[in-house]
Amino acid sequence: MRTPLYNEHVALNAKIVDFHGWELPIQYTSIISEHEATRSSAGLFDVSHMGEILVEGKGALEAMDSLLTNDITRPLAGKAIYSPMCYDNGGTVDDLIVYKISDEKLFVVVNASNADKDYEWISSHIGSRVCVTNLSSQYAQLALQGPKATEILSSLTDYDLSAMKPFTFAENVKIAGVDAFISRTGYTGEDGFEIYITGNIEENAPYVWRRILEKDGVVPVGLGARDTLRFESCLPLYGQELSADISPVMAGLTRFININGREFIGKDAIADQLENSPAKKLIALEPVMKGIPREGCEVIVGDTVVGYVTSGSVCPTLQGMRALALVDSRYADENEEFSIIIRGKALVCKKTQMPFYKRKK
Amino acid sequence: MKTKSGLYYSNEHEWIEVKDGVAYVGITDYAQDSLGDIAYVELPEVGDELNAGDNACVVESVKAASDVYSPVSGKIVEVNEELDASPEKINEDAYSAWIFKVELANEEELSSLMDENAYKSFCKEA
Repeated sequence: MRTPLYNEHVALNAKIVDFHGWELPIQYTSIISEHEATRSSAGLFDVSHMGEILVEGKGALEAMDSLLTNDITRPLAGKAIYSPMCYDNGGTVDDLIVYKISDEKLFVVVNASNADKDYEWISSHIGSRVCVTNLSSQYAQLALQGPKATEILSSLTDYDLSAMKPFTFAENVKIAGVDAFISRTGYTGEDGFEIYITGNIEENAPYVWRRILEKDGVVPVGLGARDTLRFESCLPLYGQELSADISPVMAGLTRFININGREFIGKDAIADQLENSPAKKLIALEPVMKGIPREGCEVIVGDTVVGYVTSGSVCPTLQGMRALALVDSRYADENEEFSIIIRGKALVCKKTQMPFYKRKK
Repeated sequence: MKTKSGLYYSNEHEWIEVKDGVAYVGITDYAQDSLGDIAYVELPEVGDELNAGDNACVVESVKAASDVYSPVSGKIVEVNEELDASPEKINEDAYSAWIFKVELANEEELSSLMDENAYKSFCKEA
């Protein structure tokens, strides 16, 4: 599958890779330079592969709330709410953002690789009074991220972007004359916006893309740097830090779990894990020797395999290596000497704090 | 894609330059470009004896680890320690950033490698 911006990527000489069936750019120039540009100025991402699901009808808010660990009914919860969505056993179906357009109309943005599964899951568990529509193919999505994102996007709209709070959104905003839905959200650890375009996406998405790239201080950024940026900020990636076997409690996402006075799918399992500690927990490791931890590498304490690396990478902003690892809970809270096995050799690590990078506000 | 005359090339995208019976081995410009930003080189040990085609060391980019094979047999006599601190030198100029030197055990092995023109066509087909 291709996004409406495929030809733009080719014209920019991007290296194209297969990402869950989508032909997407992994890099335009280099992962490190695109990463650094996003941290210091601004980066533009094509994230049109993400899934969009509309949930509407009387009782939509309460019905959707019953599928999520986070309480989306609280007035103070904000307008764009991040939440894991769980199976009965506490494993994760997906992590997503709910945009509360009204109590009867929710715009739900999900991971590309899970869009069909999520649509099936939501449709079959939300009850018959609510209408669920998979709009994924009708939306293009761009993300403009970095300290200069507000300044750059403001030059293309009359809308007062600087007044937008994080995790809020606005409908019917004209960006370069094109009607868009925008939110102050992202997946990089930087300030920034996500721009949703529907309608004539084949023409309008490339037009907005080009108008943003004409500005000074912005570069196109591929999936490679998108991954290193989210990794430094310790934002979970479904399939790595979250999965059908990894609950949000294991992944340390307790601030997105609300148990009290609510019923939701997976609540009993989640409540049990919160009370008695889950079987496994995510920890952060920093190698004290040279080497790059990679996804899937075993983690040992002494001679015992205690877990595995969920994500590992170079951190371009920190100029060092880091790993996130899912380990047996008995070891997670101890200050053990952990090692990561790379090609049969032990890379000695120390435990460290998450996130690895936090932007200065 | 850059190539350099006077070098031998392997179909695993290593280059070899022979000076006084010693082979300097690195990865080609095509290889560094496919790998992207190189973040770490796990250098071989001096004194290691290799047969042609043996896995000699590993070059790691931000995204992936890639094996480097020795295109020739012999003993490793020196490794490029500079790459330990500055692995990006391979991205900057793949043909000056040699990784290790092999004392050639069998010069005839060189005849099975490609020259510049053959390597250019090889990359075009890839």
